[in-house]
Amino acid sequence: MKKNKVGKTILYIILGLYAITTLVPFLWALSSSFKTLQEIVSGSMSFIPKNFTLENYKQIFIEQEHFPRWMFNSLFIAGVGTFLNLIFNSMAGYALARLTFPGKKALFIIILGVLMIPAQVTMIPNYLILKELGWLNSYQGMIVPGMINATYIFMMRQFFINFPKELEEAAEIDGLGKFGTFFRVVLPLAKPALAAQSIFIFMGFWNDFMRPLIVITDIEMFTLPLGLNTFKGQFVSYWNYIMAASMVFTLPVLMLYAFFNRYFIKGISFTGGK
Amino acid sequence: MNKKFSRKALRETGQGYTFMFPALIVLGLFIIGPIFYTIFLSFHKVQLLGNATFDFVAFDNFTRILEDTRAKIALWNTFKYVVIVVPCQTLLALILAATLNAGLKGQTFFRIVYFLPTLTSSAVLTLIFMWMYNKDGLINNILDFIGLPTYNFLGDPAIALNAIMFMNIWSTAPFFMVIYLAALQDIPESLYEAAKLDGANVFQRFLNITVPNLRPVTSFVVIMGIIGTFQLFDQSYIFSAGSGGPDNSTLTVVLLVYQYAFKTLGTMGYAAALAFLLALVILIATLLQRKFSKEESLY
Repeated sequence: MKKNKVGKTILYIILGLYAITTLVPFLWALSSSFKTLQEIVSGSMSFIPKNFTLENYKQIFIEQEHFPRWMFNSLFIAGVGTFLNLIFNSMAGYALARLTFPGKKALFIIILGVLMIPAQVTMIPNYLILKELGWLNSYQGMIVPGMINATYIFMMRQFFINFPKELEEAAEIDGLGKFGTFFRVVLPLAKPALAAQSIFIFMGFWNDFMRPLIVITDIEMFTLPLGLNTFKGQFVSYWNYIMAASMVFTLPVLMLYAFFNRYFIKGISFTGGK
Repeated sequence: MNKKFSRKALRETGQGYTFMFPALIVLGLFIIGPIFYTIFLSFHKVQLLGNATFDFVAFDNFTRILEDTRAKIALWNTFKYVVIVVPCQTLLALILAATLNAGLKGQTFFRIVYFLPTLTSSAVLTLIFMWMYNKDGLINNILDFIGLPTYNFLGDPAIALNAIMFMNIWSTAPFFMVIYLAALQDIPESLYEAAKLDGANVFQRFLNITVPNLRPVTSFVVIMGIIGTFQLFDQSYIFSAGSGGPDNSTLTVVLLVYQYAFKTLGTMGYAAALAFLLALVILIATLLQRKFSKEESLY
């Protein structure tokens, strides 16, 4: 019994220490975003700002006129991109799971193969193709190449294979066609799987750094990660501003996480090859 | 009958391809097509200014890699990064998962906290760490406070890459931790109980039951880790403002591909050759790992 207690204490110490290691950078960034520049450059180690100020948050919107536009761009691209992914990945997954057509097996193998291909291999041609289409510096250039995702097509296929067939048969007897069945019966019942992938897809778009770096050069069209990087160049040692901007950028994902916490874990175990 | 059947089959084929249509377009135009395009580019000298020209140069782009010192540095940096980060993050993920799974109170709280870095964008994380790594930043202040030497993390070529490694181990381990956590649920409790009766202590149980039972998951985590670490780009780019400095110490293969493709003129074909080589290296590393772990599991 006593031995057990010691073991538990050790475990708690490990867990606690690692929790601190995880939290310190975030708390430090958060506290810096409320500090004055003087306190920032003084090298103070205090996590509680001496003169608590909201000035940094105000200033980033004044000093960087594009900041609201960047937020809109990020939200729009991530929002539309996620919505299209949900529909297109499910459609492809459904076809691979339920319909019979020539070439299905080959397509499935191709999708599995695509999972292994690093984005860097397709990066240069993607740029040339988008340039040819006149899609550089555009929303479609940011959204269309990422509007499907092989990982989640695969995941949706696995999901639909285990989906009870009876429901679809009943819908078909009721006179719904394949498309009606899919959009009115199947898709609404796939909500848990959709929720799990939507969070990861949204984060993928929201946090993506490389695609906007290549596709977008017009400062008006920047997304937040690009904007943040420019911001860093613009305010080299104004870490109070940079941290405030970082916090504004992180907030939406944290809110998503708070709302969808349980789906996050599910999403990972879905993609975790289970 | 036969005619009706074939009409039904035909209709289902049409439906199948309609359902697949958006996926097929994107796959073809932005993934499969570009793979062949990359191979094509890697055998050409590409000039984009004015009328774009593609001159066939056979293997010149590939032989050029052998003479390019920066390519060698980038490969070496990337290799070092993979070899250090993958084992560290895997081990850390495993330890965290096992500790979290011990059935303590407050498990959910710790899990939520640990997961924070995984949610945060690489751009934000890199900026936060640069702020902490600063000459008079938090980390140096703490080191100074407890009497350890301070470092110029951002400016010292000997340390800059290590600073990125540390940051990335910290930020990716929790993601793999969740995968391990899910797998831990599948290990039958009876195994642990039997071992307890045999008098095995916590560490023996961990080494003799947990670790072997998690082997397939570990293999998956390592492969994902290898693929991810070989692609290091965002952090290096933001850390060094795109240069790979100080003194090429944070130059990675992908950053070099980016520089040759988009920052210098006339080297796009060469960049494609480097990207193609990187894909091959990742593929070979993945296959080797798979073969290696299969042989291991025979014992």
